[in-house]
Amino acid sequence: MERLPILKIGPMLLVSIQVDLRDDMVIALQEDLAERIVDTGARGVVIDITALDIVDSFTGRMLATVAALSRVLDAETVVVGMRPAVAITLVELGLSLDGIKTALDVERGMRLLSSGGGSGR
Amino acid sequence: MTAQELPIAGDADVVRVRQAVRAAAVAAKLSLVDQTKLVTAASELARNTLTYGGGGSAVIEEVFNGLRKGVKAVFSDKGPGIADLKLALTDGYTSGSGMGLGLSGSRRLVDEFTIETATGDGTTVTVIKWAR
Ligand SMILES: Nc1ncnc2c1ncn2[C@@H]1O[C@H](COP(=O)(O)OP(=O)(O)OP(=O)(O)O)[C@@H](O)[C@H]1O
Ligand SMILES: [Mg+2]
Repeated sequence: MERLPILKIGPMLLVSIQVDLRDDMVIALQEDLAERIVDTGARGVVIDITALDIVDSFTGRMLATVAALSRVLDAETVVVGMRPAVAITLVELGLSLDGIKTALDVERGMRLLSSGGGSGR
Repeated sequence: MTAQELPIAGDADVVRVRQAVRAAAVAAKLSLVDQTKLVTAASELARNTLTYGGGGSAVIEEVFNGLRKGVKAVFSDKGPGIADLKLALTDGYTSGSGMGLGLSGSRRLVDEFTIETATGDGTTVTVIKWAR
């Protein structure tokens, strides 16, 4: 199975999702990220979803799970690049993504993580 | 566009269904937000077909109402059916490990939503999204 590449940039991990996500890839990403956080001692994870044209309940749950598990592993997750149409759809679907930090793009996401909180804008 | 039937037997098929629904939504000139809503609903319903229905198919076609164009997608399986439809359509109800948003959420995302199901006799969910 194709796995999504996870890049290490300083104390952070970056995943830029560039393909149409299959559910098995979503599950693998969750597991790979947990492992990489522990192996590298990363303090932050940036998930770039700029290229994703939809986020459904399955992908939404993965984002929430990664955010929760990174917290347990003493790291923070920021989701960046959500398209406006995707955000509108997510709200109507009923997915709140409560507790997930977001930022407009990778740069702002990285800045948010290194500043240790606040808003990513 | 003539009706297109796609099998739903694995994760890769769910991706193909999303892509075919997207293409049909673009062809019917749905707005970007409406395309996104329809494709998201299709993703939820195709996954339900696979997960709970044990696989099945999606039929995607362009529909007309006077001058109005729309996209219809029909998801069918020959699985166990849904015993309590009202419960299944409740936000947050899942019999598995999901978030229970697939059915209730996709109903909100489309213009027309119907379910035919009978215990032991499979499930067919039909959705339509109209161009504005
Ligand atoms: N095609 C189907 N055949 C049989 N049962 C179904 C089918 N589709 C949905 N169901 C039932 O309805 C319930 C609700 O479905 P829904 O899609 O709303 O939530 P979910 O799939 O459990 O979670 P989510 O979609 O949020 O990941 C399911 O848990 C399942 O019991
Ligand atoms: Mg579902």
